[in-house]
Amino acid sequence: MEIIKPAVAGTLESSDCQVTVEAGEGKIDFSLESSVINQYGNQIRRVVFETLENMEVKNVRITIIDKGALDCTIRARVEGAVFRSVGQIDNLPWGGAIR
Amino acid sequence: MINAVGRDIPEEILELTGKEVFHGNHYYDGYVYKKDGPNTKCVINSIGSKLVTSIKEALEKCEIRDGMTLGFHHHFREGDYIVNMVMEEVHRMGIKDITICASSLGKAHDPIVPYIEDGTITNIQSSGVRGKIGEAISNGKLKGLAIMRSHGGRVRAIESGEIRIDIAFIGTPTCDEYGNCRGIGGKSNCGVLSYAMVDGDHADKVVAITDCLVPFPNFPAHISMTKVDYVVKVDEIGNSEKIATGAAKPTTDMRKLMMAEYCTQFIINSPYFKDGFSYQTGVGGASIASTISLAKIMKERNVRMRFGVGGLTKPMCDLLINNQVDALLDTQDFDLSAVESVKNLRHFRISVGEYADPFNKGAVVNKLDFVILAALEVDVHFNCNVVVGSNGMITGAQGGHPDTAAGAKCTIVIAPLLQGRIPAICTDVTTVTTPGESVDVVITDYGIAINPRRQDLIEAMKDAELPFKTIEELRNIAYSIAGEPDKVQFGKRIVGIIESRDGTIMDVVRQIKPFKFAEE
Repeated sequence: MEIIKPAVAGTLESSDCQVTVEAGEGKIDFSLESSVINQYGNQIRRVVFETLENMEVKNVRITIIDKGALDCTIRARVEGAVFRSVGQIDNLPWGGAIR
Repeated sequence: MINAVGRDIPEEILELTGKEVFHGNHYYDGYVYKKDGPNTKCVINSIGSKLVTSIKEALEKCEIRDGMTLGFHHHFREGDYIVNMVMEEVHRMGIKDITICASSLGKAHDPIVPYIEDGTITNIQSSGVRGKIGEAISNGKLKGLAIMRSHGGRVRAIESGEIRIDIAFIGTPTCDEYGNCRGIGGKSNCGVLSYAMVDGDHADKVVAITDCLVPFPNFPAHISMTKVDYVVKVDEIGNSEKIATGAAKPTTDMRKLMMAEYCTQFIINSPYFKDGFSYQTGVGGASIASTISLAKIMKERNVRMRFGVGGLTKPMCDLLINNQVDALLDTQDFDLSAVESVKNLRHFRISVGEYADPFNKGAVVNKLDFVILAALEVDVHFNCNVVVGSNGMITGAQGGHPDTAAGAKCTIVIAPLLQGRIPAICTDVTTVTTPGESVDVVITDYGIAINPRRQDLIEAMKDAELPFKTIEELRNIAYSIAGEPDKVQFGKRIVGIIESRDGTIMDVVRQIKPFKFAEE
């Protein structure tokens, strides 16, 4: 998928994360601020890259402010932001790209 | 050198401090030593007043100079003005290289961070530190080594002469011009002065600072004039709203209430729950809820408590009002109800030495049946961490945790399995503050683990209808939800040590390092 316009998903509440995606410069540009970065920074990065790979997003600037979200939440927020960026709100591929 | 809790204490630290590694709780049992005494300047004349006009004058009269050790207590908690007031003056006088030996330091003391950065303060010894001082130490800004000691450990260090306090500053809610200090009355009523008593006994110079001067004699004195050199009257020694708060509303958090219920059920099913038992608990929501639900069952079953200890709060003082306990032994008052309760004839003030010092001839903690504690982390060896956050930053205090845990027959630690994403039950705690040999039971919202060292408790609980699990099972549940955490990336420099009760080294704290991803 190609990022069309900037989009945000998620909140800054505890145990959530706020994901912003924007069109990239030919690669995945990842930045993370997290309350649990020391313990889970690598795991969050891995989950985000996996999620983007599943959605075939290769060109994106993705910025995450994490407040201790679990992996399932992070995945959902990344997917939410990407679908919003392409304006897709119907026919979301539940159980397909979203898993 | 590897110590008894499996932590590697570098040789350089053993050389620098002259300390041994931790060998287990009873390594020093029966040890004989001579107590250290203060250099005392006699007052024989009868001119009659010890009042000086300012902190500056007191410092000058005490002959403050570079390299001295200053003592402080933390009865005013987050409302304390004393430390900042004194250190501002010390800084203004251009004094350097001060060691602060405080019973604890908190967020109220953020303003002294610049004095750490400019070398006014180069060493800190405290039960722990919170707020900006913790960050400063973790970031390597303190020139010397921070020493974190339990409340009992501080008394031991002072009484054994390991540390000599040159000048102790005792903030006191009321005082007369001759130095009789009381924790009661005035505008900054904190109830007791337990932490400061050892400073009164052992510091070379003792300065009482009050905002409520009363006529002589301010009796019965909690700290006697016989120990006080100078008295200073200032406008305010603390913010009374932050010294003793109104009683905390009992928690309505279902998770905490559930853990409190598990805790109460565990207690009443244990062999120690019988007429005449003894009990201590902290100020966490779950601990307070346990006390409330325990009081109910004590009434139903006609079981009386012999004594309660603390760190007191309203639910403990209610036991006294409702005649469910014979005596309360008080080292600190957390709320106004506890301060008020000090007037009760069966509410006794005790010194922190009596409470927890491992190097006296027996402390109150040794007589405890139950203690209920919290922890930032507990590992599968039952070691607890209450000082260093899971992110590696110094953020808490030992307090009486290691003292009561070592003394009590049944030490219960309550911790929610996850704090946000951070597992409270883990493979290895970031820093050990209380050794697993002291910890008998861990209660979480996902189940209860009994330390395998306590086969007697496991046996006693075999018919109890509680969700028992092994500590490893609890950790595995936590990791299955949150993922296994990476180890915090520390720098090389050791910025602090966690001292065990007996002065041996339990663990070291390293400088924090900015996070780097494993792959970019």
